[in-house]
Amino acid sequence: MGSIGEVDEQLLTIRKQTMYWNWKIGGVMLGLSFFLAVALIKPIGVSTQFVIAGGIMATAVNPSLVQKDEKAKSGYSSSNAYLNKSGGKYAKAVANPLNYSFVFVLSMFLGGLIGRIFTKNKQNKPVVRQMPVVHSRRFGNNAMLRYTLSFIGGVIVLWGARLAGGCTSGHMMSGIMQTSVSGYLFAVATFLVAIPTALLFYKSREADNE
Amino acid sequence: MNDILLAVFLGTLFGFVLQRIGAADPDKIISMLCLKDLHLMKTILAGIGVASILLFAGMTTGLLDSGHLSVKSMYWGVVIGGILLGIGWGVSGFCPGTGVVAAGSGRIDALVFLFGGLVGAGLYTVMYGFLKSTFLMESLFGGKTTLVQTGEYQALLTSVPGWAVAIIIGVALIGIAGILPNTTGRKDIPRVVLPERERS
Repeated sequence: MGSIGEVDEQLLTIRKQTMYWNWKIGGVMLGLSFFLAVALIKPIGVSTQFVIAGGIMATAVNPSLVQKDEKAKSGYSSSNAYLNKSGGKYAKAVANPLNYSFVFVLSMFLGGLIGRIFTKNKQNKPVVRQMPVVHSRRFGNNAMLRYTLSFIGGVIVLWGARLAGGCTSGHMMSGIMQTSVSGYLFAVATFLVAIPTALLFYKSREADNE
Repeated sequence: MNDILLAVFLGTLFGFVLQRIGAADPDKIISMLCLKDLHLMKTILAGIGVASILLFAGMTTGLLDSGHLSVKSMYWGVVIGGILLGIGWGVSGFCPGTGVVAAGSGRIDALVFLFGGLVGAGLYTVMYGFLKSTFLMESLFGGKTTLVQTGEYQALLTSVPGWAVAIIIGVALIGIAGILPNTTGRKDIPRVVLPERERS
């Protein structure tokens, strides 16, 4: 039991259910976002842009990492095998950050900020709470531990997403909506492991204490 | 330029929607993965269902160009990568997209997650030269394969009209979303009498 009281915890759980859209509105809006993206441009994907962002940073240190190359399909090549993959597709994006996929992901920050303004509880007050309740309950209000878990999580999630060739957006949502075999199998593998992991780390122990 | 404006519009919309359904809130993600608060699961299932129905309805009526589809390959790395992503997702409560949105909404832990993500993606970029020749990249189920026919990719089910099966799956996903309860495991929640205004 962390320092957060039982009443606080339950009130927060209930607030969290009322401060977000219900599943019907949320489902329609989420479905429309994914559909509109495919209808207008292409399926949504996010994790590739972490490679592009990293590549942009790397070229600041080593400008020769990505070069113009008329022989490459994309017009760019790289000494790195990954950036050079598929005719230098990623190398081109690193050299030209103002491209659709990268700007799309950058714009998601703005969407999150606007969403935050609308996140209010029933008393119409914005809910400001940096420390997740699930974390406080198991580990107390230790911010360094939360940041450590977030950082390690980030490393594993993006390494895994790049190995899989996509993440929750690209494989699970965009994939399953197209009935792609890789989307179904990715979703099964992810949930089969994410559920026991979350239970191991965060399952409340009140049931044991009773 | 037109593409860039669309990227700003669609990216902002997507980020806003992810935030408003609670997907950028690690409490919602972790409570879902602990099978306690299924509200987000319902939203995701319904979202995939709605998107799929609109997509296949659009393609069948010819309003949507099937060239816009982009099916990802199936290989061993998809499963192993999915397992790793599942571990990191369960530990942190963020995935790549929701991490970006949560950082935009002002979460410091999400910003730390993104730094971790840059490190993870960077490590993969450096290691790819070695990984690409391993079994991880071996194609499965013929690579870019779909369950039903979409026009461009090879399909597992060829004798049935693809749009009909896809729409049935979409309706089924929305149906499952409707059946699932919002919360489970009541005994996990401490028994406390709530003030009237907090009940819903």
